[in-house]
Amino acid sequence: MSQLPDVPLDGLYGDAIMDHYRNPRRRSPLPNADIESHELNPFCGDEITLRMKLGADGRVEAVSSVSQGCSIIQASASMMAELMTGQMLSALKERSQKFRSMMRGESLAEDDLKGLGDLLALLVVRRYPVRIKCALLPWLALEEGIEKMASDGVRLYPKNEGI
Amino acid sequence: MTTTSGTFDVARIREDFPLLKQTVNGKPLVYLDNAATSQKPQSMIDALVRYYTTENSNVHRGVHTLSQLATDDYEAARTKVRKFINAAEDHELIYVRGTTEGINLVAQTFGRQNIGQGDEIIISTMEHHSNIVPWQILCEEKGAQLKVVPINDSGELLIDEYEKLLSPRTKLVSIVHQSNALGTINPMEAIIEMAHSRGVPVLVDGAQSIPHMTIDVQKMGCDFFVFSGHKLFGPTGIGILYGKAEYLNAMPPYQAGGEMIRSVSFEKTTYNVLPHKFEAGTPNIAGAIGLGAAIDYLNDLGMERINTYEKELLDYGTDCLSRIEGLKIIGTAKEKGGILSFVLGDIHPHDIGTILDTQGIAIRTGHHCAQPVMQRFGIPATARASLAFYNTKAEIDSLVEGIDRVLEVFS
Repeated sequence: MSQLPDVPLDGLYGDAIMDHYRNPRRRSPLPNADIESHELNPFCGDEITLRMKLGADGRVEAVSSVSQGCSIIQASASMMAELMTGQMLSALKERSQKFRSMMRGESLAEDDLKGLGDLLALLVVRRYPVRIKCALLPWLALEEGIEKMASDGVRLYPKNEGI
Repeated sequence: MTTTSGTFDVARIREDFPLLKQTVNGKPLVYLDNAATSQKPQSMIDALVRYYTTENSNVHRGVHTLSQLATDDYEAARTKVRKFINAAEDHELIYVRGTTEGINLVAQTFGRQNIGQGDEIIISTMEHHSNIVPWQILCEEKGAQLKVVPINDSGELLIDEYEKLLSPRTKLVSIVHQSNALGTINPMEAIIEMAHSRGVPVLVDGAQSIPHMTIDVQKMGCDFFVFSGHKLFGPTGIGILYGKAEYLNAMPPYQAGGEMIRSVSFEKTTYNVLPHKFEAGTPNIAGAIGLGAAIDYLNDLGMERINTYEKELLDYGTDCLSRIEGLKIIGTAKEKGGILSFVLGDIHPHDIGTILDTQGIAIRTGHHCAQPVMQRFGIPATARASLAFYNTKAEIDSLVEGIDRVLEVFS
């Protein structure tokens, strides 16, 4: 019955999450984006619009991540946006899948954990099962955007790397 | 928690509800999500256990003893419901799964039969999705139009606007008695009178009103009244559609199968009489018996006393919450039931809900299946504490302390 009563609230509402919630990164509008994707959770009204601009080498050059909703989606959207710049879409897709498995409770290798940066702070959300979907919504938008690009024939992988 | 209010001994009443004795997250449970579903008295739980332990069999089918006993109890529960809402006849009460199914039944039978191209159905801004979408689907199918009565900033229906919407094309008015998101209690008698003077029937969504006040469908004058058992301290999966016999008799069947027929041949099938015409298949027998037991329990307490106590509780809650800086109550109608919907600065209701949960306090957060209400107030969601007669002032104090904790975390 009890939902891990030993979890102190300041775990969920700890410094990293509250910092991203209060000062969300990459929220400015991004005109001329190459990719735009949008996700909505109709049950709670959580919403994210993600825009990306790609450089000539296929790497993410600029990001706009605008979310509405609770502290968790806003923090997750901000943390995600922060680590996107300079990345190939293939690497982002992989990172998204790793993040999602982490949130589902799977344990990750140490290298993978390191690559997640501030996102590790969201680990605590696993202890509040109904809130996990809040943390995942921005990533669904990211993967949807990548899928769109892939179906448009955009290169996801760096040159010299086979698929 | 020895709260005694006049002769309404809440501490003793709470003893009847085993779930309320639990702790959640190490704290005594403060259950303030009664508009979503209510907790169950032991006598109701016992009725379900007794039925399955000693009586389980099918109804209206067998000549054997158990089938007779089950049929008797199933039908006795219908009589209990009839008396509880003062309907004229037992057969005007149709067992359904809940409010949603009751409204869909009327939309798919009365609606499809009587509403055509260019006709109009009137609902209001404060409807639950279950009293919007069935009518939208019907309107789309028939080329009919949905007309929506607006509300003011307090969340009260604009009766003048409603009267203007009534037109020669209006074929049905379907309005909620008490709003689940705002708590507003609508003046049903006036609404019904205006419709009837133009020959328009009225459906009343009573899901949120019936757990808290005396319902008299004949005095109210409604043509249909629907509600759910689980919000009335009964089991899930059972509800009631009350309809005036003249309407129910004229309506075509909803679902087809066993029980609802009089005779079947491949050439022609004739339908059974009310209420069986609308009860195809093996019904929720245990649910009906449980609903009857819940009504017995409520009758023992007395709906008038429940109503008086809950008003006192709502006044106390409104007063306490209003003192919290940055808190805004959404829904401040003069006539209001025990709903405290609120927003707290720019803190998202989900964050409020999670922090309260860690204090053992259960509230609902979100749009409450009433998105048009949220749009009307320009907010994505609210936090909602909803009261029942087993709640106490001490629990409202806990809510206030919980909200203080939210403010601390987000300070």
